[in-house]
Amino acid sequence: MSSLIQFISRLIPLELIHILIGLVAILAFIGVNGLVLVYVERKVAGFIQRRPGPFEVGPWGILQTLADAVKLMGKQLFSPSGGDRLLFWLAPMLAFAPLPLLFMTIPVGKNLVAFDANLGLILILAFSGLNVLALCFAGWGSYNKWSLLGAIRSVSQAVAYEIPMLLAVLAVTLTTGTLQLSAIVDAQGVWPWQWHFLTQPAGFIIYLICAFAETNRAPFDLPEAESELTAGFHTEYSGMGFGLFFLAEYSSMVVVSSVCTVLFLGGWKGPGPEILGFVWFFAKVYGLVLLMMWVRWTFPRVRFDQLLNISWRWLIPLSLFNLLYVAAVVKI
Amino acid sequence: MTTETLCGDFYTHCFQAEQDKEHEGRLIINMGPQHPSTHGVLRVIVEMEGEYISRAEPVIGYLHRMHEKMGEIKTYHQYMPNMGRVDYLHALAWNWAYIGAVEKLCQIEVPRRAEFIRVITCEMNRICSHLVWWGAYLLDLGAFTPIMYSFDDREQAVDLLQMITGSRLTYCYYRFGGVRTDINDAFIAGTRDFCKLMKSRLPMYKDLVTDNYILRKRCEEIGVLPLEMARRYGATGPVLRGSGQKYDVRRAEPYSVYPELDFEIPAFPEGDAMARYRVRVAEMEQSVRIIEQSLNMLPQGDFMAPKSPKRIKPPKGDVYFAVEGARGKIGVYIISDGSSTPYRLKLRSPSYSNLSLFAELAKGTLLADAVSILGSLDLVIPEIDR
Amino acid sequence: MNLLGEIREAIKGFYSLAVGMGVTGKYFFRPEVTVHYPRKTVDNVSTYSGHVELQPGKKNPDGADCIVCGTCVRNCPSGCLTLEVLELMEENPDLEKKPKKIKKLKALIYDYSYCSLCGQCIENCPVTALGFSQHVYWAEFDRKAIKMDLVARLKDQLNAKKEAM
Ligand code: SF4
Ligand code: SF4
Repeated sequence: MSSLIQFISRLIPLELIHILIGLVAILAFIGVNGLVLVYVERKVAGFIQRRPGPFEVGPWGILQTLADAVKLMGKQLFSPSGGDRLLFWLAPMLAFAPLPLLFMTIPVGKNLVAFDANLGLILILAFSGLNVLALCFAGWGSYNKWSLLGAIRSVSQAVAYEIPMLLAVLAVTLTTGTLQLSAIVDAQGVWPWQWHFLTQPAGFIIYLICAFAETNRAPFDLPEAESELTAGFHTEYSGMGFGLFFLAEYSSMVVVSSVCTVLFLGGWKGPGPEILGFVWFFAKVYGLVLLMMWVRWTFPRVRFDQLLNISWRWLIPLSLFNLLYVAAVVKI
Repeated sequence: MTTETLCGDFYTHCFQAEQDKEHEGRLIINMGPQHPSTHGVLRVIVEMEGEYISRAEPVIGYLHRMHEKMGEIKTYHQYMPNMGRVDYLHALAWNWAYIGAVEKLCQIEVPRRAEFIRVITCEMNRICSHLVWWGAYLLDLGAFTPIMYSFDDREQAVDLLQMITGSRLTYCYYRFGGVRTDINDAFIAGTRDFCKLMKSRLPMYKDLVTDNYILRKRCEEIGVLPLEMARRYGATGPVLRGSGQKYDVRRAEPYSVYPELDFEIPAFPEGDAMARYRVRVAEMEQSVRIIEQSLNMLPQGDFMAPKSPKRIKPPKGDVYFAVEGARGKIGVYIISDGSSTPYRLKLRSPSYSNLSLFAELAKGTLLADAVSILGSLDLVIPEIDR
Repeated sequence: MNLLGEIREAIKGFYSLAVGMGVTGKYFFRPEVTVHYPRKTVDNVSTYSGHVELQPGKKNPDGADCIVCGTCVRNCPSGCLTLEVLELMEENPDLEKKPKKIKKLKALIYDYSYCSLCGQCIENCPVTALGFSQHVYWAEFDRKAIKMDLVARLKDQLNAKKEAM
């Protein structure tokens, strides 16, 4: 047996096996996470609005999202006549495909990371940019004016919010001097006052606001603002086409929350044994996700020009100042 | 180009034909009739330049049910249930407008108790209507939760109205010479509780919504409606009062026992969506005040005139009677030729005049603002089409 | 507006958002107010007027008091009531005179799908034989299924009552 393992490991480099196992785990996680988050979101919405949320399918309705997923998979897929079929179907796949990669570099616990790249942060930021392309394709390929408007909105929104986000992230890397996520976690201590959100509160808030915008969550859900654009870029999608967008949305919520946790909230660190690091990590991540849901069910949507104003007039100057301040602190 | 000219129906073609030569090729979009923010089947054709609307035109008639024509073939009694269907949100005001017109025509005396019951129920219904508007407007602006809270409160009021009218939405409660059923002690106690509840809920509405920075940015200085323009289009109700004119049928052409009641007419001079919003919220407060006063003043006596006629055969002549609905002046005009059916019946619906503003108001605004303006006009589509 | 003013406004705006979050956060922990319909029903159904029905008569406890005058049919704005009349010859003990014709109610067909629940039929019935039912939760797949004979319905109801006793 052990010789077999040795044989295989000689054949395939150990690193690759590591990555493969990580990938499988991540794919499983994305699927389960999507189901759980949809359920949680509906329950949160229900409780805030003083109704029960889903409660028919299974005990407390926990099987509701599973039933919905089955329904989505069972639906007929059709593309709108006159649309660009290639782009139309490429879009949901493109929205979904980068997700496993995004999860790869995130350290969930000590040494619990699928691919500890030393440029991990860059990898995440680069691949999350692909999402814009997907929305753009979806809007264009749908041959629907509302979708097109949604696509236009999503592009300008993404461009506007990448910048302050990058600047906020840059400030953190300035203090840690590395782009490797596990190293950034290591730079922070076990206790909350050793985490970056206290040394860089402005950066933390800027990042959070940008995270809402990047994931197209309310109050910045303009690309799909349903009272204005019916359903924005995914107006024409049915079945799993829509399902993939949905999955991508919920997964990217987790990604931005994880990055936020790693950068500002000490990652997997917390009081207690190190082996329980992943508990801390998930607690923080889902805490942030819950915050995002809470915000969504409270606020109205901002207007499009206001959204851009917030970015160009407030967040970018603020994040520049933040960068200056952090640089000064580092130097001193 | 060929496919483009083939797209759309008669209205789109007309709209396209009116396009300036220099603006040719601008995006023309149909907002509705199944658009989420048009609350039913209103359709607005808009010409867009990017996100800006350069031209807009409402198309109506998707919900036309010929209520006016039906009035000519139904007897006076038989026409009553129609009134609950014209504006389902403030059904009792329409009830009142019609009943009041016929009473004026036939000179039927209404007992005092009945008048007070009418005031109480009508104001209660007004609160319900404003609550629905409040929730739906915020839904337009992208906030999902307020509508659930407002429906929670509305449910209390609707339960009370159900107690005496028997229905929950399309009331048919007023009768010539009174009301159908008397109110009982349970209703009175429940109404007092409801008034207390509303008073405690309004601050929460303020915290959650009115003060909200995002909402204020979405409403303030959006869709500014100058008073002169509001007059030109014949706007009434909160839309007119949001432009600063203190015009309210309850005071301007007093009917029933309103002159005896002490209430204010809220008006805000800004003319923007926020002013209209504030007017409605303030009106809810005033309605609570009116209900409390009327409950205190409620006399004993008949709820139905003892000699109310079973068959109505009015004298020849015409009559116009108007009441203040949640959306503005509701008027009913009846010409009688002395037979048991009206010769002609005309309904003046406030939403119709208020909608006609929209084309001018939306010009040059952002699409999101147009949604906000449309919401702030508080349109009820069945009332527009009748 | 100067920069300071704008900053102050932004902070105020943030504060107002926090207040809003507080409101929804508070309601998150409040009990729910909805009624789980098929398992529980609301408690004020008794005040609701459901469809029109014949009521057990005061004079005639085994059936309706209806005197087959047709007022309800004539007054109904939606034309959803139809009378079916049974004409009987009354046996007259006095054989000289002609037998009297009497009308009996055979069926009162009621099409709920047209009814506007206005109550005109009920108010105008001279013997108050009609009333609103409390049969609220009624749904069918076919609109023909909600057309019914009120006489038969009354009979069923009375029989059910008898069996229960
Ligand atoms: S309630 Fe009105 S519509 Fe219904 S049957 Fe009676 S008269 Fe006709
Ligand atoms: S009005 Fe009354 S008595 Fe006359 S037919 Fe109708 S139910 Fe019978």
